[in-house]
Amino acid sequence: MTTKSQPPRSRLDPEPLPRRDWLGLSSLWTMGAALLFGVAGMLKLPKAAVLASPSKKFRVALPETLALGEAFIPPGRAVAVFKDADGVHALSTICTHLGCVVKTNPEGFECPCHGSRFKADGEVARGPAPQPLPWLKVSVSGGVVTIDEGATVPAGTKVQA
Amino acid sequence: MTPAATPKDALREFVDNLKAAPRRLRDTAFRTGPPTTDRTRSTFVFGNVFLHLHSVRTHLWSLKWSTTMGLGIMSVSAFLIALVTGVMLMFYYKPYPEAAYESMKDIHFVVPTGRLIRNLHRWSANIMVIAVILHMARAFYTAAYRKPREYNWLMGIGLLVVTLGLSFTGYLLPWDQLAYWAITIGANIAQSPREVTDAVGITEVFDPGGFQRLLLLGSDQVGAEALIRFYLLHVMILPLAIAALMGVHFWRIRKDGGMVRPDNAGVLLKRARQQETYPVFTEAPVKTYQLAAVVRGRTANVGRGPENTVPSMPHLFYAELGVLMVTLLICLALALVSDAPLKELANPNVPENPAKAPWYFLGLQEMVSFSAFMGGIGIPAIVLLGLALIPYLDRETEGTGQWFGGPGGWPLVRLSAIFGLAVPVVLEAFAIRFGWLREWFPEIPQLVVTIVNPATILTSIYTLYSIWCIRRFQSTRAGALGLFTCFLAGFLVLTIIGTYFRGPNWEFFWSPSDWPKH
Repeated sequence: MTTKSQPPRSRLDPEPLPRRDWLGLSSLWTMGAALLFGVAGMLKLPKAAVLASPSKKFRVALPETLALGEAFIPPGRAVAVFKDADGVHALSTICTHLGCVVKTNPEGFECPCHGSRFKADGEVARGPAPQPLPWLKVSVSGGVVTIDEGATVPAGTKVQA
Repeated sequence: MTPAATPKDALREFVDNLKAAPRRLRDTAFRTGPPTTDRTRSTFVFGNVFLHLHSVRTHLWSLKWSTTMGLGIMSVSAFLIALVTGVMLMFYYKPYPEAAYESMKDIHFVVPTGRLIRNLHRWSANIMVIAVILHMARAFYTAAYRKPREYNWLMGIGLLVVTLGLSFTGYLLPWDQLAYWAITIGANIAQSPREVTDAVGITEVFDPGGFQRLLLLGSDQVGAEALIRFYLLHVMILPLAIAALMGVHFWRIRKDGGMVRPDNAGVLLKRARQQETYPVFTEAPVKTYQLAAVVRGRTANVGRGPENTVPSMPHLFYAELGVLMVTLLICLALALVSDAPLKELANPNVPENPAKAPWYFLGLQEMVSFSAFMGGIGIPAIVLLGLALIPYLDRETEGTGQWFGGPGGWPLVRLSAIFGLAVPVVLEAFAIRFGWLREWFPEIPQLVVTIVNPATILTSIYTLYSIWCIRRFQSTRAGALGLFTCFLAGFLVLTIIGTYFRGPNWEFFWSPSDWPKH
């Protein structure tokens, strides 16, 4: 019979892991996993599934006196509606930079917050805005224009009445 | 069996106990009697749950005004004032749109002392931001972040972030025009990673910006959901976070050996107030050190005598109380002369013009007026990462505990301050006078503007300057001194431009009196 003589262990060496300790370790790891999944589950709560904002789709009648190419701002909406020979189109007036509402000016739009300027077709003329103002989906029936702030269309899309 | 006491004796004893009750209450509360001797002063400190965050004796170096200037205690004091006044404001504040604005008006005009409490809350928050920034500068310039205090420097960075978060979330609560549009801008800065994902064309599949904004606002616009979230952050989540961080921060100060001081602090102090201290132990406390030898690492006093120390009670505590009183005085004076602003009720259709964030974010706002992502997220993240890395990159020992200590010293800091002030002034003047890339090349891709704009160029110049400092002085500390000074100077210049020289449409004006009338 050969027994390998082991060097004497120092009192300060780490103790070897007894086999039974897998119980302790497994409880530690399962607790860790439970915490991880629990926290991940709880983090789902603050991400809203339903947005409490008012309907994005609204109808508006353009005033009779609206001149061709002049912007009409429906009350309470961040939208500019235009009517010209080719038809009706609408642009979002929410600045693509940091979300301020842009004002119309003779050349197009200007943002009061950081000085972005947009041409009348929504293209960026100057300033920090990274994107042109989006064109919104418009449909016309009779004198009533339906605008969907949640849907964009390619720039230049105009709708005939 | 002892004879039962007569009823009369028991009654007298009762009366005597009644008379002695106040004294006994005091004795049991303080446990060890009045702090009149070194021994009872010590027990006064470690027998008290609040005071024992401090060590029993304090080094004279820590008590020198020039060591800390009381800035840390001033930050805590301002926090305590904001805490008390904030709880008082909660009696009347209603976190719901319109109702919030009405309740702010009530607090301002109707509630007894409401206006003073609100002003105090606002000013203590401002003082806290200033004190925290100056406290960080103090810790940096005295190289207090070095071993063994690296981790506490990180805690300090966390405290800076939470302090700014507390201020920013409080900014929305009045629900006036100022609040509404500052938060709209803030929430869209959270969404600004879209500037990059849009430019690369991956927003459909990977949209961290939109996720952050949704998480912050709970909706796709600033409304009731956003208000309740900011309220929750302001009164519950962030205060709990800051309390936890403060607990660790203070505890680590003590565990890391108190205030940083130079190795030759004793010699330097000899000239000053040596006569006030005396050796506490008449012979070397050998046994204590043998006990300490089984403990790993450094503790505050291993290998050092208790010389040059004085009892924390009263020397340290009275100094701290003094700083608290000065802070309270400053806040009170400001609150009496300057009212917190309250503009018109929030109107989601008409932006405030100019829409300005709180003053300490106007430097950021100046940068986002070039690029939302770089100014609002990219560069702040780089700055925070740089600050956090300082103690792990600078492993030198020269100059620890001395103002502007290390290679280069004060002349380097002075040079860096001039350089750091001049570069953003020149860059801003150029951008204001001649415009930037988009004005010259209207078709330029957004990604180019995101990467090349005055804010990123400023950051690059500062970084190159810091690398030059490292080479010139052959020292990481010199690079850190250069970069940190530049960072403070840049922050100052951009904040001043954003505060005083930007008017409607974020255009440059020499003075608000030049703003166009509407």
